[in-house]
Amino acid sequence: MSDIYKSLVEIAGEGHVSTQTEELYFYARDPGLMPTHKPDYVVAPKTTEEVQKIVKLANKEKIPIVPMGAGMALTGLIIPLKGGIVIDMKRMRKIVGVNEKARHAIVEGGTSQGALKAYLERNYPNLRHSIPDAPPTVTIAANVAIHGQGRLAQQYGFNSDMVSGLEVVLPTGELCKIGSCSMSPDWFSKGPTLPDLSGLFLGWLGTTGIITKLGLKLYPKKRMRDVEIFVTDREDLVPDILFNLTHTEMVEDINIWFQAKPIMFTGNHHITLYITGDRDEELEFKRKMVWDSLKEFRDRKDGGFMWVLPAMKPTFLDMPQKSITTFADVKKGGGFEYSGPIVLIEKYPMLARNLEEVANKYKLAYSGMARVIGRGHAMMFAIAFTFNRADPDMMQRVKKAGHEGITFAFDHGGIPWKPTVEEQKMAMERMDPNTLKLMKMVKENLDPNGIMNPGNWEVN
Amino acid sequence: MYRLKFDENVCVTCPTSDCLFKCQYIDVDRDTAHNEMMKIIKGEGSFVLRDCVTCYACEEYCKRGNHPFYLITERREEKGMLTASRAITNQWINMCEPQGKYRVGEVKEKALSCCFIGELRQMARGKLFEGIRSSYVLGAEFFCEVVYLHFAKTSIIKERLPKVIENISQLGIKQLICMHDECYGSFTSLAPAFGIEVPFEPIHYLEYLYDRLQELKSEIKPLNIKVAYQRPCSSRLSLDKYHFVGDILALIGAELVEREYQGENALCCGEIIRMTDRDEVANDVQKRNIDDMVESGAEYCVFNCPYCQMALSEKVSKRGIKPIHIIDLCKMAIGEKK
Repeated sequence: MSDIYKSLVEIAGEGHVSTQTEELYFYARDPGLMPTHKPDYVVAPKTTEEVQKIVKLANKEKIPIVPMGAGMALTGLIIPLKGGIVIDMKRMRKIVGVNEKARHAIVEGGTSQGALKAYLERNYPNLRHSIPDAPPTVTIAANVAIHGQGRLAQQYGFNSDMVSGLEVVLPTGELCKIGSCSMSPDWFSKGPTLPDLSGLFLGWLGTTGIITKLGLKLYPKKRMRDVEIFVTDREDLVPDILFNLTHTEMVEDINIWFQAKPIMFTGNHHITLYITGDRDEELEFKRKMVWDSLKEFRDRKDGGFMWVLPAMKPTFLDMPQKSITTFADVKKGGGFEYSGPIVLIEKYPMLARNLEEVANKYKLAYSGMARVIGRGHAMMFAIAFTFNRADPDMMQRVKKAGHEGITFAFDHGGIPWKPTVEEQKMAMERMDPNTLKLMKMVKENLDPNGIMNPGNWEVN
Repeated sequence: MYRLKFDENVCVTCPTSDCLFKCQYIDVDRDTAHNEMMKIIKGEGSFVLRDCVTCYACEEYCKRGNHPFYLITERREEKGMLTASRAITNQWINMCEPQGKYRVGEVKEKALSCCFIGELRQMARGKLFEGIRSSYVLGAEFFCEVVYLHFAKTSIIKERLPKVIENISQLGIKQLICMHDECYGSFTSLAPAFGIEVPFEPIHYLEYLYDRLQELKSEIKPLNIKVAYQRPCSSRLSLDKYHFVGDILALIGAELVEREYQGENALCCGEIIRMTDRDEVANDVQKRNIDDMVESGAEYCVFNCPYCQMALSEKVSKRGIKPIHIIDLCKMAIGEKK
């Protein structure tokens, strides 16, 4: 038994550390295409102090550390590329508190989206958070660390914009509070009006620290929620349609999707939009505003609202939406690759056409999906393919198609979301040299031994 | 190529022009109604082609056996006039395209057609359907195509309906109990109007229900409830069977309330009007219709068409009226449903 194993057991306790082959097998992979790589140890701490001790141990021994939530980014971000210790955060799942009037929650770094949703439904039915369309086990901290988006992205931006404070274990083991909580008991701001240090951790994919606690902004939860779907056969009109819709300021979430099958969806682009209200009058007023905002397209017969039958509504109103996981297994065999560059909405038509071309070229099942971020400031355009892990040829085709898709997005001004290592490299090749230099300075100063999730955001 | 059988002389000599004069969505006097119909017959432009909401009612208003609505539909398509957007129209055309995903039971000479509506298959249970339930067809291959009248696409009907009829015939079906009102209308009105032969006997499910309830008469416990009836658009294509609604309700002890929007004056459920991009008309129609049900003291809103039920269930419920399909109401009467 190694000294490191013993040390980890001393820190986290027997039963929360493993070097068992079958466990390392699972911690060596995610459901995407990235090659596997086994960690040497897996540890599941319960407290911030335990995380600090693990990080200090890793520093002393110069062992890589990979912090992990549910491991569902699908782009290999939790695969321990250089071995070392995977720190599974899921035991740190306490919901520390909710400030109802200030509308924020404080949760531990391993708290899942589903747990917070259920907690709010039970205890604060007038509050909600921006839940992503991922399995409910995914963690809030990991989601903000990758700049995830959720059901409130159209109204309030990236989920990371909704952070209201952080507690982070730095790569050297010190504990650091970020935002208002650094000088106050209240977690209402991640930065302003202080220097905003949250940017040292958000978007860094776990390479600059481990989030052990975070404040998350909550938002009013209306009593009623409904869905409308506007359908057009002209992708070139989608940006204008979205511009009109976002101008109403009446819509919660806006998703755009297109797919070849089933054939009722063939050839059309579907704009799913959600409206909410506390009373029928509010809901109907918003519905009318939304319909009116698209009158020009309806009058020209360029688009119309489809009848969302009552039996279809639960599928769309689900949070998170389970239908995405259904698509993820269309080909069976457990493979799902999902990149999502962030682009200007005006690029939607060319990205949509490109995705279709690439999917046809490589004979792959695709799902085109996009989500509006902010009032049309940008959109996430998903390049998603489902594949069979038992089919190496299909995996190879997915890899090539994904690469072409992301290259096309970058060529048209996009930036990566939760990028694979390869996509990170592609992004850094295109980045301003001084930006890269600054990233390198930040990384080297925060993580002098280079132990945090090595291989990711590695500026050479 | 199938052509609409339409006798323009019938309209030229029509003394009432009721087809358009009685229209609840276009407000015209008799002279205007006559003139606009003449324009439509001649293939000229008419505001009727723009404003028709596709409620089918003019097929009933015309007592001289012509087909004003089918003609309007033909003319719209000839002129490339869409009712809904291209995207929605194509969605419906694609959705109901046969793809070999049909279901066929142990089909006998007498069979149930569940159209393309799974809910109808679910409804066909219990004593009312004893002995017939297993003999059924369901799927796009048996879809009656009537819906394309709403989308001004008679070309799709002409292309697909003969094949549907052939599919049914090839199964050896001699009598087809149409569980969807539209199917009956398709085989008894639409197909003959376009010269499409129907080699089997269509039976309206309301007639089947009535006969079956007669057989089960001893098990009926009068419901003693007041009901409003939501008449579907396709019921305008099967006038001879409309009386079965009243007959069935009387048999099971449900009082059909007197109200403004019933019989010839019935209002559309509204959702097709919404899909053809007239949301304000749809809202107005639904509000007037439900207000009328409430004012007449109805406790239940009884549906014939599952799609009308989907359109109005939530809305009538919010006004304190219970939505129910007529088959389920019959099941209530024989103690199979609460």
